[in-house]
Amino acid sequence: MAWTKTILRVNLSEGTVETEPLNMKWAAEYLGQRGLATKYFTESVDPNVDALSPENTMIFATGPLTGTMASTAARYSVICKSPLTGTIACSNSGGYFGAELKSAGYDMIIFEGAAPSPVYLSIENDKVALRPADDIWGMSVWDADEALHKKHHDPALRIAAIGRSAENGCLYAAIVNDLHRAAGRSGVGTVMASKNLKAVAVRGTKGVGNLFDAKRFMKSVAQEKQVLADNAVTGTGLPALGTQVLMNVINEVGALPTRNMSEVQFEGASKISGEAMLEPRESDGKPNLTTNAGCFGCTIACGRISTVDPTHFSVKDKPQYHKNSGGLEYEAAWAVGADTCVDDLDAATYVNFLCNEDGFDPISFGSTVAAAMELYEIGAISAEETGGVALDFGSAEALVWCAEQVAKGTEFGKKLGLGSKRLCEHYGHPDLSMTVKGQEFPAYDPRGIQGMGLGYATSNRGACHLRGYTVSSEILGIPVKTDPLQTEGKAELVKAFQDATAAVDSAGICVFTTFAWGMDNISPQVDAACEGDWSVEKMLEVGERVWNMERDFNIKAGIGADQDTLPKRLLKDAAKVGPATGRVADLSAMLPEYYELRGWNTDGVPTEETRARLNLSV
Amino acid sequence: MQKSLYLDADKCTGCLQCEMACSYEHEGVFNPVKSSIKVFNFHDEGRFVPYTCTQCDEAWCMTACPVDAITLDAKTGAKVVNASTCVGCKVCTIACPFGTINYNSSTGKVTKCDLCEGDPQCVEACPTGAITYVEADATGFERMKHWAKATDNAGAASGG
Repeated sequence: MAWTKTILRVNLSEGTVETEPLNMKWAAEYLGQRGLATKYFTESVDPNVDALSPENTMIFATGPLTGTMASTAARYSVICKSPLTGTIACSNSGGYFGAELKSAGYDMIIFEGAAPSPVYLSIENDKVALRPADDIWGMSVWDADEALHKKHHDPALRIAAIGRSAENGCLYAAIVNDLHRAAGRSGVGTVMASKNLKAVAVRGTKGVGNLFDAKRFMKSVAQEKQVLADNAVTGTGLPALGTQVLMNVINEVGALPTRNMSEVQFEGASKISGEAMLEPRESDGKPNLTTNAGCFGCTIACGRISTVDPTHFSVKDKPQYHKNSGGLEYEAAWAVGADTCVDDLDAATYVNFLCNEDGFDPISFGSTVAAAMELYEIGAISAEETGGVALDFGSAEALVWCAEQVAKGTEFGKKLGLGSKRLCEHYGHPDLSMTVKGQEFPAYDPRGIQGMGLGYATSNRGACHLRGYTVSSEILGIPVKTDPLQTEGKAELVKAFQDATAAVDSAGICVFTTFAWGMDNISPQVDAACEGDWSVEKMLEVGERVWNMERDFNIKAGIGADQDTLPKRLLKDAAKVGPATGRVADLSAMLPEYYELRGWNTDGVPTEETRARLNLSV
Repeated sequence: MQKSLYLDADKCTGCLQCEMACSYEHEGVFNPVKSSIKVFNFHDEGRFVPYTCTQCDEAWCMTACPVDAITLDAKTGAKVVNASTCVGCKVCTIACPFGTINYNSSTGKVTKCDLCEGDPQCVEACPTGAITYVEADATGFERMKHWAKATDNAGAASGG
């Protein structure tokens, strides 16, 4: 079992809340979370709908393992159509919120329509109600979180909320839960704001149980926890340095996108690395990192809890930012750091705080600032527009100023909130936008890691590292080492990672487990928890089915093969330094083979045979 | 040899594996609300602090109970609530200076740590060694060893 088998359907236009049984026929084919919620979504939403209209449904979904003792079983995903990309949006978060929702008795919440005025959803087990949120609309995530805890007199309430950036139309706004965990990408927070839904506040005290074979599950969970503990990445590297363990590694292999992705190595990388976060600073003798932290049930604990140097220019007159909060992970540190050439760890940490406080994706934000800096450099953005702030690459002051503008939603902040693609189009330089399908890149340059180039081009939510992290194989040698500069065999590698990840994202666990776990470690846990057959083969089949279902939605939304590409800069301008010198992202060497392996025609559309094999309707 | 739980907040990451192990052992469900060990998140300070019953020798919960529902497990030293005797009066929850015995509204009884008959499941579940089950007379020895090393300027402290 493991599923609660109950879902909440909330019609925001009508103000109604109803429960209904989970469709177990679909659960048997799509498992949960990403897969199952996308099935519900695609069955009911027109792919051509305006992402910010009431017709765009938004689903919060847990997986069957969420809330159990399986390591990392904290996850929930938010599924809707993205206002940033026009593709399917599926953003995944940890923290404690997902497990709490499950403990309240629900596998998912389906939000339909839009409320006529601001509301939040209050869930206390069976007691579920939409309540007015006029008094918290206009607040940051952090203030809204505090206000709701006070209003409910319940410190144990778990809250997911949007901040001011979402309310102001920032197209990469996030949904932030537990203060600093986020369903971060593709603007799912913007969709939530369009529904006038400020927050979801959950208290669940039922617990998660009813496992199919509890004894087998507990045995499997204990065994697989040990595998994580014994692995060098999940047992040592991630707890000690977090994902920031990668900053120096990726820089050394010449795949750290720098200066709006015009270069592949950043000379200041070590200053914003995981190692730098451990160095005691001069002012108070404390390091940036206070401690590592785990999400619910996570035995890896890659999370960073940090402080900003209280004497740093960004916070010296703002004592509210002198406390601990969620620190830098690698993608955020890269985007607000290397891509903007800012090597100031405290500025980056403060900006990361602001991203959490007002709910916007640090990856898209940092990349958009990098694009703005290049536009400023060529004179397309004038100092008049920035009120005299010089948007120079490397300027920590400019970076901090930009983050404050997006958080507050000022005139220039709203421009930055459009994201890199629309910003560069607005100023007449679309080629300077480093995006795929409108979404900004994460922290791996495809000139130095070729498989990632194919992964970015074919990702169902635009440029993203979490749809298929071939960095594992190409750089870290997991499960086997492949040459990052070669294209041979990468089509197969990318497909395998994409399918496996879709299955992991449908189970309720964290994709970071896959540094140590293969599907043969994951499937026994799912199989013991859930009724039905959840063999390795079945899990991979589910992953492939989910991938094709997402692809289908995008094609119907008008986003097909013509957008399976990369910015010209990555396809034409060769890397000038490091191991990848002379290389461009050689997409054309991989893409046709990828389509073929996927069982798609040359236009990138799944064939009838493929649909039939995966039991997908047209 | 009697043993005690030893909690080291420095090692805690707030994952709540201990809370799930405890609730699963006693209630058959993963439910932090029903756990006798609790991890507190002092967010602004960046501290996760686990806490549970220390099994006082002179246990005020046991003394206060009007129906003698709390008894000593001689093998482990645990003060154990006998659910069939407990009447749910909650006097023990008032008597305990540490708040580590609590009412369970779904059973109408109180619950507290019973050391799982000498095999505490929270210890097994903890991934970082923040919860250990050590000789009762030596709970401070690990910390003493740390400071012994730190103050030994001739050998250990210099890496010897």
